[in-house]
Amino acid sequence: MLGVESLRRGRPGRPPRDGGRGAPAVTAPGAPLPLLVACLLIAGLALLPVAYLMVRAVGADVAALDLVLRPRTFQVAASTVALALLVGGGTIVVGVPLAWLTTRTDLPGRRLWAVLVAVPLAIPSYVIGFAFIAAFGPRGALQGMLAPLGVERLPSIGGLFGATLVLVLAAYPYVLLSTRAALLQTDPAAEEAARLLGDRRLTVFRRVTLPILIPAIAAGGLLAVLYALADFGAVSLLQFDSFSRAIYVQYRASFDRALAAILALMLIALTLLVTWGEGRLRRRAGAYAGPVRASRRPATVVPLGRWRWPALAFCSTVVLLALAIPTGTIAWWLVRGVSQGAILRFAADGALNSFTVGAAAAIGSVVLVVPVALLVARYPSRLATIIERATFTGYALPGIVIALAVVFIATSSVPLLYQTLALLVIAYAVRFLPQAVGSVRTALVGVGPRLEEAGRTLGDGPVRAFLQLTLPLLRPALVAGGALVFLTTVKELPMALLLGPIGFDTLATEIWGAASEGFYARAAAPAAILVALSAGTVALLLRAEERPR
Amino acid sequence: MRSSFPRALGGALAAVLLAAACGGSASSALPSSEPLQTSSAMPSTPTSPSASPSGSVTIYSGRSESLVGPLVDRFRAATGLDVKVKYAGTSELSATILEEGDASPADVFFAQDAGALGALAAEGRLAGLPNATLDRVDRRFRSPDGVWVGVSGRARVVAYDTRVLTEADLPTSILGYTDPIWKGRIGWAPTNGSFQAFVTAFRVLRGDEAAKAWLEGIQANEPKVYDGNDAILAAIAAGEVEVGFVNHYYLMRQLAEQGDTFPVRNQFLPNGDIGALVNVAGAGILTTAPNPSAAQAFIDYLLTAESQEYFAGETYEYPLVVGVPADPRLVPLAEIAAPDIDLSDLADLAGTLRLIQEAGVL
Repeated sequence: MLGVESLRRGRPGRPPRDGGRGAPAVTAPGAPLPLLVACLLIAGLALLPVAYLMVRAVGADVAALDLVLRPRTFQVAASTVALALLVGGGTIVVGVPLAWLTTRTDLPGRRLWAVLVAVPLAIPSYVIGFAFIAAFGPRGALQGMLAPLGVERLPSIGGLFGATLVLVLAAYPYVLLSTRAALLQTDPAAEEAARLLGDRRLTVFRRVTLPILIPAIAAGGLLAVLYALADFGAVSLLQFDSFSRAIYVQYRASFDRALAAILALMLIALTLLVTWGEGRLRRRAGAYAGPVRASRRPATVVPLGRWRWPALAFCSTVVLLALAIPTGTIAWWLVRGVSQGAILRFAADGALNSFTVGAAAAIGSVVLVVPVALLVARYPSRLATIIERATFTGYALPGIVIALAVVFIATSSVPLLYQTLALLVIAYAVRFLPQAVGSVRTALVGVGPRLEEAGRTLGDGPVRAFLQLTLPLLRPALVAGGALVFLTTVKELPMALLLGPIGFDTLATEIWGAASEGFYARAAAPAAILVALSAGTVALLLRAEERPR
Repeated sequence: MRSSFPRALGGALAAVLLAAACGGSASSALPSSEPLQTSSAMPSTPTSPSASPSGSVTIYSGRSESLVGPLVDRFRAATGLDVKVKYAGTSELSATILEEGDASPADVFFAQDAGALGALAAEGRLAGLPNATLDRVDRRFRSPDGVWVGVSGRARVVAYDTRVLTEADLPTSILGYTDPIWKGRIGWAPTNGSFQAFVTAFRVLRGDEAAKAWLEGIQANEPKVYDGNDAILAAIAAGEVEVGFVNHYYLMRQLAEQGDTFPVRNQFLPNGDIGALVNVAGAGILTTAPNPSAAQAFIDYLLTAESQEYFAGETYEYPLVVGVPADPRLVPLAEIAAPDIDLSDLADLAGTLRLIQEAGVL
């Protein structure tokens, strides 16, 4: 167990190796060959879009390059970086306090809040963006309410401010969920000891709890930032020029796949920079990564006292902005459309398809993530780091780029799989794999190899020892990672449209099909089902997480 | 399948990387895929020209299911064909068709705008249509090479906020909006296909310099940029902007859904102004179509009086086949003094995009 004194120092001095968990593994230090081969294949799959982009970029004509390599592109790069930093910071400021409030305190209605603040993960960012324009635009609903007070118009919410706000609201659940999982998994003993030694609560949080949480916060923040980089819906609605929007402009406006590919490669470079930054942060905090949870008892509940009111106000504000306003807008579409006699169609097929493809992608991601996380956690090396980073390359690319890459690769090398459900599921599983890597890797570090070693001394083979002894302990992390993949898959649009079998409607394609033509009332039913489906998933996830192992 | 799939893709990755590393261009990487497709993907169905079409037909529709789904259902019922439709954005689908290459399963491309059809035609992906089909619409609304035909028309209009403006406040020419009094009041969608067709028309009629000057003039008025016509209307209703350059029918749908209190109306620019361009949604048959006769049957069905009435009544677009009337609330197509322009001249989208970028708009 990690000494309390070393935790209380606040900043790591010399990280003790192996977190003090005893002697190094008995097994050979090198990774087993089958594991390495599996990881290389997975990394290869994840890198296919990069290969495609290189093929396309080579086809760009030199004169056109001038258009890409002009000052404006660097402005776009700068605003993309600004957006990424603001969204990263904003999701941490919103997500970490929510995680702490819903796990460690006596916040009234704690379980309900836990579900409510996580549900926005499933609301597509374009729905949040649309709701915000309708609600807070200069002549939106808010202005309508303020009109009797003489407010003629409100300031515009477009641009960097609006885009940041909407993306923080769409992406903070990544930070919330990973931080929550870390809070539930870490041993409260260190915090309690610090309390007993007389530290104030805030000091305990800052010097003991926070350092333990840094890897989880960084992992969640990484997903949030990459989400912001890939997002197209919100930035286009709120008129903010990011890389993602610039890439779409190339496809939409000039049908130029070569220039789009060059911009996408630049976005990948930015992604690598972000993952590198996260890796550094994680390594610096390495001393505190995943202390084993020795005790089986829950952490002591922190009484909020009079602080419960600001805490409730904070939770309510987040739920109002991220959940109530978007769902309220959906309800308003429905009511308004019905009152004008719009015909509604029930989206049973779409709901079933969304569920099927989401669940299959979640299972696929979880199957793929185990070898990668195992390699990174047990056999850390430069190659392992490269493999882990490789799985992130496609994650920040706009869906259209991945979709076209898969179209090209599938039609030219595996035509039998083209426009099949299997291909769509594989593409999702690979693309959203990064969402499961963090939680599973953290859990594996926490579990450690000793159990398996014990199993092997009793005569089990390595695979059997892993499956029987370690895998069950990873279950909460696998469920959490799979649930994230599920939630992201059900709201994903461009890949569902282009790669799905013909006639394969999902909730997201139904929302798009109606809303893109201005039929908001028809979009409302699938949107409502999407939110309900996701709320159910989140509730199940949180229950699985809180259940004592 | 799971065991062999990663290996196949791994092999493909190796091949692709190798091609890229050897300095192979995109064109040298593509042909290597051909033998694979012909062996397994799509056996081309031989079609006898006289027989009525049978089998299945695959339509890539850039027009959404809520717009054309009912028409497709009627076509399916009328012909007994197995009709499959992939719905997605027009430009996404045209990029998809180009990526698919000869392996494309699509028979028909039904596009939201002529520009996307032009992009496919430029790559030689659209086959010639018979004159009997082409002649059903005015020469203005079809490809001069005869590879696509317009199906429904959409007019460019200026949408305005009726709470702060009346039609009398509006300039009678799109050129009037470069006046500084419009600063901060305009919404536009420079990435939108219809807008770009308009800019291309501007270039064709008045020259690149004039088009660039207009773009710069509007840009100086700090317009708000939106992703599409629909977002512009929502922005006008929300008071973000007061006027917007859009297609005519988006307003009709909002009026149908939200009622006449929706505070936006359209102005059709008079006197053959460039701002009153009429663009089309159209369709073409792919050169790689597995079932060209069924594809032909679908396009002919879109041009029947019944389908044209559907467009007039349900999507509020202009029917293009002579004799089918438009929605009575619209200025009739013949009365829109649209600028005299050949839509096929609007194919130079790359040039238009470059101009828009040079003007600092995108």
